[in-house]
Amino acid sequence: MAPILDIRNLYKNYGSVEILKDINVAIEPGDFLVLVGPSGCGKSTLLNCIAGLEPISGGSIAIGGDDMTNVSPKDRDIAMVFQSYALYPTMSVAKNITFGMKVRGVDQATQDRKLADVARQLQIEPLLNRRPGQLSGGQRQRVAMGRALVRDPKLFLFDEPLSNLDAKLRVEMRTEIKSLHQNLGASMVYVTHDQIEAMTLATKIVVMKAGVIQQIGSPSEIYNRPANLFVADFMGSPAMNLIPAKARTNGGGTTIEIARREGEPIVLNDPRAKDLPADVIVGLRPEDIAEPGFRHGETVQQADCRVDIVEPAGADTYVMTHLGGKPVTARMHSETEAAAGNVHTFAFDLAKVSYFEPETGHRLN
Amino acid sequence: MTDATFSPARRQSALGKTALRWGLYIILALFAVYYLLPLFVMVTTSLKSLEEIRTGDLVALPREITFDAWRTAWSEACTGIQCEGVRPYFWNSVLIAVPGVVISTLLGAVNGYVIAQWRFKGANIIFALMLFGCFIPFQVVLLPMARLLGMMGIAGTIPGLIFVHVIYGIGFTTLFFRNYYVTIPQELVKAAKVDGATFLRIFWSIFLPLSLPIIVVSIIWQFTQIWNDFLFGVSFSQAGTQPVTVALNNIVNSTTGVKEYNVDMAAAIIAALPTLLVYVVAGKYFIRGLTAGSVKG
Repeated sequence: MAPILDIRNLYKNYGSVEILKDINVAIEPGDFLVLVGPSGCGKSTLLNCIAGLEPISGGSIAIGGDDMTNVSPKDRDIAMVFQSYALYPTMSVAKNITFGMKVRGVDQATQDRKLADVARQLQIEPLLNRRPGQLSGGQRQRVAMGRALVRDPKLFLFDEPLSNLDAKLRVEMRTEIKSLHQNLGASMVYVTHDQIEAMTLATKIVVMKAGVIQQIGSPSEIYNRPANLFVADFMGSPAMNLIPAKARTNGGGTTIEIARREGEPIVLNDPRAKDLPADVIVGLRPEDIAEPGFRHGETVQQADCRVDIVEPAGADTYVMTHLGGKPVTARMHSETEAAAGNVHTFAFDLAKVSYFEPETGHRLN
Repeated sequence: MTDATFSPARRQSALGKTALRWGLYIILALFAVYYLLPLFVMVTTSLKSLEEIRTGDLVALPREITFDAWRTAWSEACTGIQCEGVRPYFWNSVLIAVPGVVISTLLGAVNGYVIAQWRFKGANIIFALMLFGCFIPFQVVLLPMARLLGMMGIAGTIPGLIFVHVIYGIGFTTLFFRNYYVTIPQELVKAAKVDGATFLRIFWSIFLPLSLPIIVVSIIWQFTQIWNDFLFGVSFSQAGTQPVTVALNNIVNSTTGVKEYNVDMAAAIIAALPTLLVYVVAGKYFIRGLTAGSVKG
């Protein structure tokens, strides 16, 4: 099937400043694409380019197989939900939702029917005669989604739609958007700076930094096999431990040597790693540094380290230590006996280890 | 203040507060009286007969109220050789002010909308130039404007005066609307664009309904400016198209013989009434509109 959205060699400049550089992304119908990255990485600009609200400086954008590079937003068959909701303040909720249809000359009966459908779907029927100013944040969010849903477009665009909500509501709405996506089977592009939102919602994630795509992949690819140090550090909470180490080829595998603050360096053996340079950065997720006895297999090795800080987080307890000159977080179960200042045994599981080249930050394995 | 354990010291300070408050009110009242005194003299004088003005006290209340002076001022007083009162000129002023206010407000709204929400290349420069227009003194443009009106063939006509006031007002009205619309998030325009609305549709359906406070500001400002204008009125009019301010001047200055103070006062009040009315009707929106931008920003 043709990709529903196909962006090729897209460039965007403001004067001499390059905002987006050589963007290539394609998604299939039904995909949920999340653009994620820190503030100023160009993700919102890219979304505006897809919507046609910003002209592009080079490349092409196709939606549903048709070239849309120079088509105005209203003819792209898209709907958009904005961070500030952008509800029309002087119109009632019902008028807000039907405005697009009214402008396009849809007959009244169809308008009424679609409005009723969407209002039921989003449970905003009692609000239809209110003004946006009389609604709570979550209700405004629903109306903004209703305005997009009623259009039944080829492509939905979301620009940080949850960032103005409080934490609890944000999680609720996140789930709701996800179930909406599953029920509608619609194609969506979603911008966020929240990597948890990205992980939970996406079928495909684009990680961006400074206008350049760092990695494109499924959430598990991005999480388990980050393409570089930036992605490794940005995705996941707490962040991946990135530990400077020395690597030495040893028969079939590699010996990894990590400096401890006291005593001999930790020596770990990775039988699967090959041809690593002498200096590497070892990337281990906090859950891969665990309590001994919970992980088994030839990739698991134990070592003693002094504990700096213990942070109970309910289900888990995060235990901080110091390795290779960097603070390192391990994820222990909540009844761990680790205590600050004591020496504790950590189990290192290298099954999902990532190796990075220190200078360039590229992934090595 | 019925606390039984009230200490003398605190009672004294409460007393001080009350005294302070009363002092404040008295001072404010004095200022108000001082400020209202000219209006009082105008109104009372206009209700007196000429005989009473000559013999009586300036600030005394009229012994006998008569509306003769008002009648004369409205329809009989002489402005030079014509003796029709201020009535025809009053209607001239209405014919100039109403279209002048409506057109300049509408143009200012469209300008402000474009400059604030559809930022094009050079928008800031154009806005700066329009702002500059606000600071050009009337006198500077008199001669070029006279020439321009002559070339356009509308010299000495009411449309000519409307044109002059619209041109002169656009700088101000654009400033008002631009500053108001700048506080409205740009995402609103984006949302409407995605919804399929055109430039004018967005303006008409989304921005104008939001603009009541600033429209009122613009109307009050422009109406006051145009209605009270004398210089343009006297320069670019001819017999038959003069506004009420010019007629008032002619009544007061070009009559010979006995000065009819009561008629002069009545004519002056008639000339000032419409602006007063606009303030009373729309005043509360005026304050709201002036502060709306700063509060939200």
